[in-house]
Amino acid sequence: MTRKITYQQAINEALAQEMRRDPTVVVFGEDVAGGMGTDQEKDAWGGVLGVTKGLWPEFPDRVLDTPISESAYIGAAAGAASAGLRPVAELMFVDFMGVCFDQIFNQAAKFRYMFGGKAETPMVIRTMYGAGIRAASQHSQSLYPLFTHIPGLKVVLPSTPYDAKGLLIQAIRDNDPVIFFEHKVLYTMQGEVPEEAYVVPFGEAAVVREGDDVTIVALGRMVHMAAEAADTLAAEGVSCEVIDPRTTSPLDEETILESVERTGRLVVVDEAGPRCGMAADIASLVATRAFEFLRAPIRTVTPPHTPVPFSPVLEDVYVPDAACVTEAVRSVTVRQFT
Amino acid sequence: MSDVQPVGMPKWGLSMTRGQVGAWIVDVGDEVSVGDDVVEIETEKINGVVESAVSGVVRRRVVDTGAWVPVGGLLAVVADPSVPEEEIDRFVEEFQAGFVPEEEDTEDGEAGPETVEVGGRAIRYARWGESGDPVVLVHGFGGDLGNWLFTAPALAERHRVYALDLPGHGGSAKNVEPGDLASLAQTLLGFLAVNGIDRAHLVGHSMGGLVAMAAALRDPRRVASLALIGSAGFGTEMDGAYIDGFVGAGSRRELKPVLQRLFADQGLVTRQLVDDVLKYKRLDGVGASLRLLADELFPGGAQRHVLAGDVGALGLPVLVVWGDRDQVVPPSHAANAPAGARVSVLEGAGHSPHMERANDVNRLLEGFLSGA
Repeated sequence: MTRKITYQQAINEALAQEMRRDPTVVVFGEDVAGGMGTDQEKDAWGGVLGVTKGLWPEFPDRVLDTPISESAYIGAAAGAASAGLRPVAELMFVDFMGVCFDQIFNQAAKFRYMFGGKAETPMVIRTMYGAGIRAASQHSQSLYPLFTHIPGLKVVLPSTPYDAKGLLIQAIRDNDPVIFFEHKVLYTMQGEVPEEAYVVPFGEAAVVREGDDVTIVALGRMVHMAAEAADTLAAEGVSCEVIDPRTTSPLDEETILESVERTGRLVVVDEAGPRCGMAADIASLVATRAFEFLRAPIRTVTPPHTPVPFSPVLEDVYVPDAACVTEAVRSVTVRQFT
Repeated sequence: MSDVQPVGMPKWGLSMTRGQVGAWIVDVGDEVSVGDDVVEIETEKINGVVESAVSGVVRRRVVDTGAWVPVGGLLAVVADPSVPEEEIDRFVEEFQAGFVPEEEDTEDGEAGPETVEVGGRAIRYARWGESGDPVVLVHGFGGDLGNWLFTAPALAERHRVYALDLPGHGGSAKNVEPGDLASLAQTLLGFLAVNGIDRAHLVGHSMGGLVAMAAALRDPRRVASLALIGSAGFGTEMDGAYIDGFVGAGSRRELKPVLQRLFADQGLVTRQLVDDVLKYKRLDGVGASLRLLADELFPGGAQRHVLAGDVGALGLPVLVVWGDRDQVVPPSHAANAPAGARVSVLEGAGHSPHMERANDVNRLLEGFLSGA
């Protein structure tokens, strides 16, 4: 049965259902149990924003609070995964990943390749990303392009409660390391989610709106900005196809290319910075593989190449919104190659 | 009847909140009779045609092609030619002023699907209509109660209508063991029992028709009539590749051509329809259940059970409906209909005439049920 729950509840439900199904699934991270570490804390907090709430009382020996040492417990997750467990490690904010890059980039991502397939690393790192909650430069970045760059990692960024649950279940069942990006602003978003467990496969984009005039590829929270822009533009007679890749590695190139072959126009909307980001990557994909179909220049919509500002006024300007997307689409629908 | 009549946006299925106006079939000034096609409507899930519920002259087309209109919103106005223009204008003005679109999140006045336990298994169903003899709608392989979105509201005007999800389907429990025809028929009879239905008209599509026939053979006293649409159980031939394709398809790209085999008009297979079926197929347990059902009922790509002859011996009223372009179960099977059955083969329809030619099928069902 399907009912409406939030993005945050969808993530919690995916974890609970997979832990019930598979005794090798373990959850650990800072404060994921209760933050208190006491046996009496039945109403444990469940992570900094409460995403893992309720798991520790049900699975007291499989939900572990860790010391504040990302390098230690991410390394432990990689080791546990190669030794037969399916750890889901929570690394609070993706901004903190810097201290454990070696464990992720050089160890977890390389085990299967360097050991000739004899080792598998079925680990998931759940982490929060994105601006919009006044959390300043060290808690607001959208760093998924860094991880997308590394072969051996799978990178997932759900934009809806339905996708959050299905992609997380797929992430847990997947035998490769998966970095699972949760946008803080989306936690309260409601959507239809089946009660049963299900998977959303990696590398399959969602087509959020169908349209003929322009393809908008948008990632994570930006999918909603693009959908809003598409509604505005529909009233002006501009029909937008909105594509949510859902995973940046693997990337569903085919759906993007097929769409641009039809529409001849591309706008990419990304909350990550403009240099070496997904917007640049997808623009390059289309420019090299579907150039002959383009009827107008490709446009990218991203924040500027700056840290995320703490000033609320500046932060609001920094994050692309629906108006930015609308403007970009108009700029490619009024001009075209002859 | 008042002289001025609105033609409103219909509600096809529980989740529909609005529809997009497609091509207009009538012009202002055209005369329409009850049942005439007025305008095409597209929704996120399905496309259909609005029929006139009244007779008269089309006096206004209130919305243009491409516009999105909420359920219940005004599409056109039909009136007697004698009604003056000012009165039509006033009607439109008053309608628009008083119209409150249904809130997206409230479902008052219309219950969502419910769940009952049948034989230890959760079975989801939906109900329409307050009075009249009960009619139970049984979907086909891989379908669910949503397949009756055009049928249920129409039949509900004169009947209490139930549509259930068979085991392994829709919102019902996903285990189907043992997955044979007897267990499905038992579930259907059990569903009647838990709902306190002594005797029902059964309407079955494809595999659902086979299940309905099997239920009638198990307990004929509980079945008032059978309406069988593109039904299994009339012969051994079928498109086995359809079943294999449906069970095996793991992506949109693989599934879309399979679903297109269900319809003569392939434009009916919208992206949303494909996505919805994929969402269902990706639920834990569905793949194995579908495989088991397919192996039990359609082993080696042929139908195991041919029941039409036995059903003829029951002497029940039977309606048989087929689309002449059915690619899944051959329309030639209509010739094997039980003795005494009313048989209708619809031109230009595929395997799902109740979706593709909903208005025609509704008329056939209403006529059949009123006489059955």
